Amino acid sequence: MLDFFQMILSGIAVGSSYALMALAMVIIYKTSEVVNFAQGEMALASSYFTFMLLTSYGFSFIAAFISAYLFALLLGAVLEFAILRRAKEPNLLGLIIITIGMEFMLLGFVSWKFGADQQIFPFPISPYDSISIGGAFFSMLELISLVIAIFIMVLLFFFFRYSKLGMAMKATQQNPVAARIMGIRTKRIMMLTWGISSMVGCTAGLLISPMLMEPFMMWDSMLKGFSSAVLGGMTSLPGAVAGAYILGIIENLFGGYVSIEFKSVVAFAIIVLILCVKPSGLFARHYVKKL
Amino acid sequence: MTTLLEIKNIETYYDLIYAIRGASLSVEAGTITTILGNNGAGKSTILKTLMGLIEDQPDKGTIEFMGKRIDGKDTEDIVRMGISYVPEGREVFEELTVRENLSMGAYTRKDQKGVKNDMKQVLAYFPILADRINQWAGTLSGGEQQMLAIGRALMSRPRLLCLDEPSLGLSPILVKEIFKIIRTIKETGVTILLVEQNARMALANSDFGLILENGRFVMKGKSSDLLKDKDVQEFYLGQRSEESAKGYQRWKRKKVWR
Repeated sequence: MLDFFQMILSGIAVGSSYALMALAMVIIYKTSEVVNFAQGEMALASSYFTFMLLTSYGFSFIAAFISAYLFALLLGAVLEFAILRRAKEPNLLGLIIITIGMEFMLLGFVSWKFGADQQIFPFPISPYDSISIGGAFFSMLELISLVIAIFIMVLLFFFFRYSKLGMAMKATQQNPVAARIMGIRTKRIMMLTWGISSMVGCTAGLLISPMLMEPFMMWDSMLKGFSSAVLGGMTSLPGAVAGAYILGIIENLFGGYVSIEFKSVVAFAIIVLILCVKPSGLFARHYVKKL
Repeated sequence: MTTLLEIKNIETYYDLIYAIRGASLSVEAGTITTILGNNGAGKSTILKTLMGLIEDQPDKGTIEFMGKRIDGKDTEDIVRMGISYVPEGREVFEELTVRENLSMGAYTRKDQKGVKNDMKQVLAYFPILADRINQWAGTLSGGEQQMLAIGRALMSRPRLLCLDEPSLGLSPILVKEIFKIIRTIKETGVTILLVEQNARMALANSDFGLILENGRFVMKGKSSDLLKDKDVQEFYLGQRSEESAKGYQRWKRKKVWR
């Protein structure tokens, strides 16, 4: 029973980083229907940027983290502005391929600049401190990740529900032409969407770096985040979050009771299953257009 | 009366299709001006060109709003100058509530109080929207969506309101209601440019009318005069005026102006 409890807890812990990645992807998908495969590497670049500030320039943590967020915001906006917007008469597939291209560019850049070796990210909280909840262990880092993830989710929820800008983003996604008629500068909204998404992804990156810091560190969470988003419904923010935690828990239970070797395959089996059975995802609430 | 909008000799292409072939019109402040025409005459294209929704168009000609050139500007800037547009087929934000749709209409405005008052005003025009205020716009009926689209356009407090076929797909009773509201809106000082297929309703409720055919205007005048015009009666209002002099030659009115 304790094992079971421990597995659920670990699932929730790992779910937080999936959830952040899933949210980042859903934000972009919602506004433009583009699946951004560069999401992980954008977070990677931001994490390495923070790493550089901390180790080479002696920034304090607060300063480094604030700069990291600014960098992430800029990175997202610049990628949208300089690359995606330049695509001539783009179709969806073309744009998705472009994001894959950007992914490898960023990955290559980071490997070239910082080397492919593992680095140690000087995070103020050690990943080995842990607290015990009813006999099950929960590391401090995981706890902090969970709190930060929940905080970001709540922030995003309020942003999209109550702020004018968030609403304009939703409007742009639903009907770009009508949004322009309202005076919404849709191009600027797209840029901002990429920036915000990049910042959410950056959070995930920063929370993963203390455990593992190498150029491929985001692959796993990005793909799992994508699976979670598909599981929960690519268009629904709460759906993506729920999907992430469900995925994290299922994965850990599978690892514990069935096969530890095939643990990371579960996510992809779930993608296939969901796409076959309920392609819109478990929680997507979508209005079906009347004729 | 002052001229609010002055369109001079615009030509618009859709890729290779020559849609507007040199059209000029002026809209006087405080009036309802209506553009009539058959399917494909280019009525909607004129409005889209005016709003800057067709990229790189008009190819030739100028559009002036309150003495300032607006052709070639971005839609977002044109809207900020005080032109509102209700597109054909409503185009409401389906997954936003009625309230959110209306507040998006006021996106360019900063004065919270004024927006609140205008929202009240719009809900007074369309009481049915007040009942549905927290419903997704996509769940409204066609008529309600049309009302929402008009209300949303009013939320930016426009000087000029462009309506593209507000009667499309509505029942005759609803059409009457919509036109009644259009007249009320005019009374509050908003100038209206109306594109319509429903010639009888449009002429009965407007001050000036223009008739568009194949991308050119073929007639213009006061709406009351146009209503009495023989050609308009025959081709747009569906009245037959052939005299049946038995056995003799019957003359048909010319069908096309070019």
